[in-house]
Amino acid sequence: MPTIAATDNLVEVENVNFAYDSRQILKGVNLNIRRGQVVAIMGLSGCGKTTLLRLIGGALRPTQGEVRVGGKAVSRLNHDELFALRRRMGMLFQFGALFTDMSCYDNVAFQMREHTDLPEALIDDLVLMKLQAVGLRGAHDLMPSELSGGMARRVALARTTALDPMLIMYDEPFAGLDPVSMGVIGQLIRRLNDSLGATSIIVTHDVAEALELVDYVYFMSDGVIVTHGIPDELRASDKPFVHQFVHGETDGPMPFHYPAEDYARDLDARQA
Amino acid sequence: MGAVTEFLERLGGRATGAIHRLGFASRFLLLTLQNSGMCLRRFSLVTREIYFTGVLSLIIILVSGLFVGMVLGLQGYDTLERYGSSSALGVLVALSLVRELGPVVAGLLFASRAGSAITAEIGLMKATEQLAAMEMMAVDPIGRVIAPRFWAGVISMPLLAAMFSAMGVFGGYLVGVRLIGVDEGSFWSQMQAAVDFREDILNGVIKSLVFGIAVSWIAVFEGYDAPPTAEGVSGATTRTVVTSSLSILALDFMLTAFMFRGA
Ligand SMILES: Nc1ncnc2c1ncn2[C@@H]1O[C@H](COP(=O)(O)OP(=O)(O)OP(=O)(O)O)[C@@H](O)[C@H]1O
Ligand SMILES: [Mg+2]
Repeated sequence: MPTIAATDNLVEVENVNFAYDSRQILKGVNLNIRRGQVVAIMGLSGCGKTTLLRLIGGALRPTQGEVRVGGKAVSRLNHDELFALRRRMGMLFQFGALFTDMSCYDNVAFQMREHTDLPEALIDDLVLMKLQAVGLRGAHDLMPSELSGGMARRVALARTTALDPMLIMYDEPFAGLDPVSMGVIGQLIRRLNDSLGATSIIVTHDVAEALELVDYVYFMSDGVIVTHGIPDELRASDKPFVHQFVHGETDGPMPFHYPAEDYARDLDARQA
Repeated sequence: MGAVTEFLERLGGRATGAIHRLGFASRFLLLTLQNSGMCLRRFSLVTREIYFTGVLSLIIILVSGLFVGMVLGLQGYDTLERYGSSSALGVLVALSLVRELGPVVAGLLFASRAGSAITAEIGLMKATEQLAAMEMMAVDPIGRVIAPRFWAGVISMPLLAAMFSAMGVFGGYLVGVRLIGVDEGSFWSQMQAAVDFREDILNGVIKSLVFGIAVSWIAVFEGYDAPPTAEGVSGATTRTVVTSSLSILALDFMLTAFMFRGA
């Protein structure tokens, strides 16, 4: 790898292997995320995308290989260094993970209150601004249990970007959103990234939306990166799995099923 | 023969499992204490939890205290009357409450009302990835979520036990003096003369403090350790109530043996 490219990367994932208990999920993933870019990671459900984000955030340790953020190996940081790094990271969890004992407002204000000494008046302005950006300023005093799934995700998005992080990871930001909000949120992700000079990683199934939005795409299948490129390359690609994914075809090389016995044999065995 | 070894093996497995868990829980307690700095500096975090654990248990504590006191009044009068010493009713009611029933019954009620709620809340926060999200925001969930709930329990418990005892004495007065007609003057004056501050009240407070630590520790640990599923959380909630109730009774025996021997 040329040296210039190496310093240009905010996130470097090098030959990462990971297993939950004995089930191997990642089998040597290599990818680089360039500073300032919005990068999509796509792949079928269960292929290990969320796991990969957790590895980048330091919540899990690779069994082999290394994840580097800003040149430092995440798994070798001590507690304080890891927390210092996480202050500059934002992660949108797949299911929102809003704090259920706090209102939307307090959820968004949470990190500002924990990590800064900003006066409440300023926090107030910032929180309303963040909520306005996701279209939910009017919902600021609702509790998370009073929100719809899509609204909760938008509040979580506002919370993720509360401290203007340098690296933002979005786990399925479009799931459960209607087409209008999807477009708005897509633009918001792009705008946040460019105005903050941040770097973003989006995990998504929404191929059409993502290809419009991102600078670079990685495709994962069966624990490895199978292809990558800029959106135009992937649209034009005639590789069968890319074609399958981009056009949502059921038949193709990507396995839809969780690993299992042969179906017919399984049915026979159960009847016997 | 095979059955015996199998039984012994299973027994041994259970025992090492329990010891392992106890060690894990102790390390967790240590971690909680180490990370308590933040919530003790930002004490509003603790007062908020005191509201939820303490104030919400208040009604059940007060009502139970009143009834227990009234029953003590009836039973105590019935027994004392046989020896012609019904004027000592106040002493009997007050000592039973302050030394034993206050801390123990309040502790049991606290475990089932507040302890189970703490476990369920923490378990659900874990199951819905709120604790993981907090950690990704560089905020330590042990300091921010666990420690305030632990300290709130430790602080609430002696206060609740004191209120239970006060309510109980009032209940005993209602039944003994107002209903049955024991002499009011001797009810109060004998109580005042016989109840010793250090020997009785202070020991009762120490008991309730110890129970508060035990229940809060068990509740936060079970919640934090719960498997992140609905069954996991409900199982942990049940375990909190069972384990803390048994611990209260066992600790009460040990503390009583130390405090009141031969006195
Ligand atoms: N805590 C866990 N313990 C054991 N196995 C797990 C755990 N979490 C995830 N897995 C397994 O790891 C695999 C990858 O999970 P992951 O959540 O990373 O998938 P994903 O690509 O994010 O899927 P989706 O698109 O559906 O969110 C899954 O097959 C799942 O069964
Ligand atoms: Mg996922």
